[in-house]
Amino acid sequence: MNGFDWNSLGIVFALAGAAAAALLAGIGSAIGVGMTGEAAAGVVTEDPQAFGKVLIMQLLPGTQGIYGLLIAFITLTKIGILGDAVSLSLEQGLLYFAACLPMAFVGLWSAKCQARAAVAGISLIAKRQDQMGKAMIFAAMVETYAILALLISILSIMGIK
Amino acid sequence: MEEQYTYAVARIRAKELTLLNKQDMEQLLAAKDYDEAVRGLSDKGFGDGEVFENTEELLSYESRKTWNLIGELVKDMSVFDVFLYSNDYHNLKAAVKAVVTDVKPDKLFIKNGTVSPEIILKAVKERDYGILPEHMRETAQEAVSILLKTRDGQECDVLIDNAALRAIREAGRKSGNKMIDKYSELTVALTDIKIAVRSCKVKKALSFIKRAVAPCDTLDIESLAAAASKSPEDLYEYLMLTPYSDAVEEIKASMSAFEKWCDNRIMAHIKEQKQNPFTIGPLAAFILARENEIKAVRIILSGKQNSLKDSSVRERLRDLYV
Repeated sequence: MNGFDWNSLGIVFALAGAAAAALLAGIGSAIGVGMTGEAAAGVVTEDPQAFGKVLIMQLLPGTQGIYGLLIAFITLTKIGILGDAVSLSLEQGLLYFAACLPMAFVGLWSAKCQARAAVAGISLIAKRQDQMGKAMIFAAMVETYAILALLISILSIMGIK
Repeated sequence: MEEQYTYAVARIRAKELTLLNKQDMEQLLAAKDYDEAVRGLSDKGFGDGEVFENTEELLSYESRKTWNLIGELVKDMSVFDVFLYSNDYHNLKAAVKAVVTDVKPDKLFIKNGTVSPEIILKAVKERDYGILPEHMRETAQEAVSILLKTRDGQECDVLIDNAALRAIREAGRKSGNKMIDKYSELTVALTDIKIAVRSCKVKKALSFIKRAVAPCDTLDIESLAAAASKSPEDLYEYLMLTPYSDAVEEIKASMSAFEKWCDNRIMAHIKEQKQNPFTIGPLAAFILARENEIKAVRIILSGKQNSLKDSSVRERLRDLYV
């Protein structure tokens, strides 16, 4: 591979990172919102009045997909796919790729775990609607780790020179 | 991974609010008479506003309602066979006795089973055992031949009851669900203990007890049968070495106290499903909770019909799921 410009792969790795963040976090959220939607529909079948309460629970695992989108958007802007063109070295491309990984993997896993907590919360709401606040807190605790991953990914992306 | 029933479990959780709780049972007990108790049940949704000729019709309507709901939620109902085999084998007993003694068995049949009573009756009448489920064929054939040869109804009952217990345990293992598997284990083990206690009281021979008890994981049935054939003290001594040591005090108190303890033990096991939001366990638990509720309502209504004291009805009531 004499004369191959390795730096041309920089943009490929950076784009792969952005895609992974949007893809994996989005998959996690889709699974999570689907799972909680099933549980919400189960409760609403028996008690249509509970719609508003269980809808909020259904939305909780959807945030990871939004975080993934945000990371992908920032990365695309920084690497010049959106906006002004920027030349990237292989090293920079790999750094962008690594910076996107926390959001990609934590997004996928936390959305699934949050969905399980939200489904359990929906069961709690089904039996005791006055306990909705507590049910939300249990599921929202999982959000902490998605936010931490989002923070690390943003700081890393912004810190790449 | 075990199949997930997220929608169904959430729906059942909402449905659990309609189960009668301890307070509801107390209100029923406090009713002046049978009619007031039935009105109270009607207010709680029993019978859906329809009029029933008697208690049994009302309760079987309620039982059908539960099974219809579960039928809506679960595609493959075979996982619940474990709860219905006792009805199938009861119908087999009725069919065998009816055919051999040439009487009409219609009123003896229980409708809610995995096989229709008509098929069981046809199989026994025409000796066409192939139309029965595999686990029943050999038992049906053997039961008919025993009853024809010996005319001993008890021998026939022992054979069929034992086959029912084996089928229940096997169905529990095959269900692929821990809760149903343990339920089948508890059902078989507790029934074995009941058989042992009753046999011990009437001094049955070891060979009889061995034929009656069915294998399970938590009891050594050889030791159980041997202890029951000797004396109550030997039986208690053996039970103290098993996970069912708590039963000894209840057996000493009375047979009805022991039977209540058995039902409560199963209820304690299914209550664990209240914390499970995904698998088929909570659906199975709901079926058992409803059956338990129906049993409690039957006890209260028959107490009202026979003007029994509230206290004596109360002591017969089992723990509830909610």
